[in-house]
Amino acid sequence: MSTPAATRQTSRLASAALALLSPRGAVFLLLAILLVAVTLLNPNFAEPGQFIRFVQRVAPVAIVATGQYFVIVCGEFDLSMGSLITAQVVIAGNLVGQDESRSVPVLALMVVFGAAVGLVNGLITTMLRVPSFIVTLGMMLALLGGVLFWTGGAATGNPADGFRQIGRGGIRDVPVVDIIPWSVIILAAVLAFAIWFSRRPFGRTLVAVGDNVTTARFAGARVWWVKTAAFVISSLSATVAGVLLVGYAGVHPSVGRGYEFIAITAVVLGGVVLGGGRGWVVSAVAGAFALETLFTLLNVAGVPSTLRDAIQGAIIILAVAYSAAAFRSRRRVRTAHASPAEEKVPAGDASG
Amino acid sequence: MSATATRARRRVRLGSTAIVYLALLGVIVVGAVLVGSVGRNFFSDGNIRDILTGMSVLGFVAVGQTLVILTGSLDLSVPYVVSLSSLLAAETMRGNPANIAQGVLLALGVAALIGLGNGLIVTKLRVNGFIATLGVGLIVKGYLDTVYKGSAGSVPREFQLIGATGLGPVPVSTIIMLAVAALVFLFLRRTRTGHHIYAVGGSVDVARLSGLHTARPVIVAHVLCSVTAALAGLLLASRLGVGSPTVGSQGGYDLLSIAAVVLGGTVLAGGRGTIWGTIGGVAIFAVLDSVMSVMQVNPFLKDVVRGVVIVAAVAVYTGRALERRRPRFGAKGFHTTRSDSGPGPSAGPGLDPAEAAR
Repeated sequence: MSTPAATRQTSRLASAALALLSPRGAVFLLLAILLVAVTLLNPNFAEPGQFIRFVQRVAPVAIVATGQYFVIVCGEFDLSMGSLITAQVVIAGNLVGQDESRSVPVLALMVVFGAAVGLVNGLITTMLRVPSFIVTLGMMLALLGGVLFWTGGAATGNPADGFRQIGRGGIRDVPVVDIIPWSVIILAAVLAFAIWFSRRPFGRTLVAVGDNVTTARFAGARVWWVKTAAFVISSLSATVAGVLLVGYAGVHPSVGRGYEFIAITAVVLGGVVLGGGRGWVVSAVAGAFALETLFTLLNVAGVPSTLRDAIQGAIIILAVAYSAAAFRSRRRVRTAHASPAEEKVPAGDASG
Repeated sequence: MSATATRARRRVRLGSTAIVYLALLGVIVVGAVLVGSVGRNFFSDGNIRDILTGMSVLGFVAVGQTLVILTGSLDLSVPYVVSLSSLLAAETMRGNPANIAQGVLLALGVAALIGLGNGLIVTKLRVNGFIATLGVGLIVKGYLDTVYKGSAGSVPREFQLIGATGLGPVPVSTIIMLAVAALVFLFLRRTRTGHHIYAVGGSVDVARLSGLHTARPVIVAHVLCSVTAALAGLLLASRLGVGSPTVGSQGGYDLLSIAAVVLGGTVLAGGRGTIWGTIGGVAIFAVLDSVMSVMQVNPFLKDVVRGVVIVAAVAVYTGRALERRRPRFGAKGFHTTRSDSGPGPSAGPGLDPAEAAR
């Protein structure tokens, strides 16, 4: 605290520059490079109208990544998100039907159902001490099996148009961008909530629990409640994504398939460490955008769709290898000559 | 309080593998009653053969997965290795019995290379096993989707016999699987690397401070896991008569094998578990599947039952596993008690101890 303000200012600037190379910042660099690459190959992409459509397409993935972030940062996994999205989509399709007046009650039911799934995941993980990987794997099988059993494995009709507007409609006749889709607004709201939540004591406790359960418990954290809340948040985010996907993609038992792995990939791409304790929610969302931009780039570049998986796989490995190496070198520097007071602050400081 | 504690401790002395086999016995008894209630015989030769056949493919994959999980890593690339090896073998053999050895060796060799890649990425690049093998799996999947449009190659009749014949009710494939399991058991029990696998999985830091090369056991485990996955692929090729690019992912062997390993009492964070426990876990799945088929349960409901059984079984098991650690702190047990919450040892499977230590 005795450091002069001027020195502090320069070190702030230096750390802001370094932040771009740090694991949390690197994803923004990656995202920028990918966006530039897409724009070079397809100049239309940068037009506001096109771009907002792109954001609309990414919104469900980004929202799911936000939820997954909270689970991962407290040291757990949620593999049930994809199945939960499928379940919610099918619930919306079957229960809303063509009757628009049912939209609100069904929406409420979906929220309750999502929260219940998260609660079950969280309580089994914390109370019965089953590893979350197994709990959510079981939930994934049970939910998907249950939904397919209910529908007989076939696609069901789309719900009323009013309900689908949430995912496909928006505020029309906006000057520059022509349309601001509801999903973009919802994404912005979710992100704002997530940032606010991360900065609250509860959000900090979440990271502390992920970093070291024992320490957090000794510090007085109610670990079971914190982790359960993370699972509930994750399931609610899957619910929101489900509502958007009903509008965007329609009702089909394959909607939502693989979302859990996409979400985990996005979060990890954002420099969040699997096993918990380190990460920033904005980076996780940027990871989701980077991933989707990568898909767009491969699409625009005319890469055969079958090779997309391979390239995705290689990029995930490289990104995580980079962030692992960066963390190690940073730690070495810090242990060499940083005062303990400057040690890691859980979240929200990477913006410089 | 003390009475229940003593009783719990005495019961727990059974050891994890014994509990798994007790659970298997329970599933068999319940299954036999259910199957009997619809007028069929659970212990008929045909049914036993079905169950044992069902065990063999998942058994191969799960035996390898056990090694990887014991080191504290994971392998999500197995389904694609399974598909790839079935294709490589079938294409090399092209229906000619003279090419069997070549096909088998090629499949196993390529799988070993993939495992080596997994192991090196996990240990040298320090990428979490979950992400590393997810990425490698995607790379292999991309190769499969690009090169193969559908089933390819063909397997000679002689090779198909491996998947089709049996000694009495016991299929040859299951015997091979159990033999591989026995070899892996000896590997874990008798060799230095085997012991190091437990050491590294228990705690990387302690292992390193004890002077181990912590990378080597992890790499060996990944190589062996891919090789056993390739064995599963060979067996599937022998059953199908062709190689298939989707046979692995359709089977869901990545998550099911992990579930079977954990069902068998191996701790997901690594360091504790046995091969025979895993075989027990695989057997539980096989019995469950067979009973549900005989009862003609809706195929979608099967998944629901599987999901519930996985979670329930592991829940029963973890309570005991935690109890077993208690005596280490003294005769009476250190009263950190169970009332405190949060799964300390159940932290994420991919937990990188180096990161967590900080």
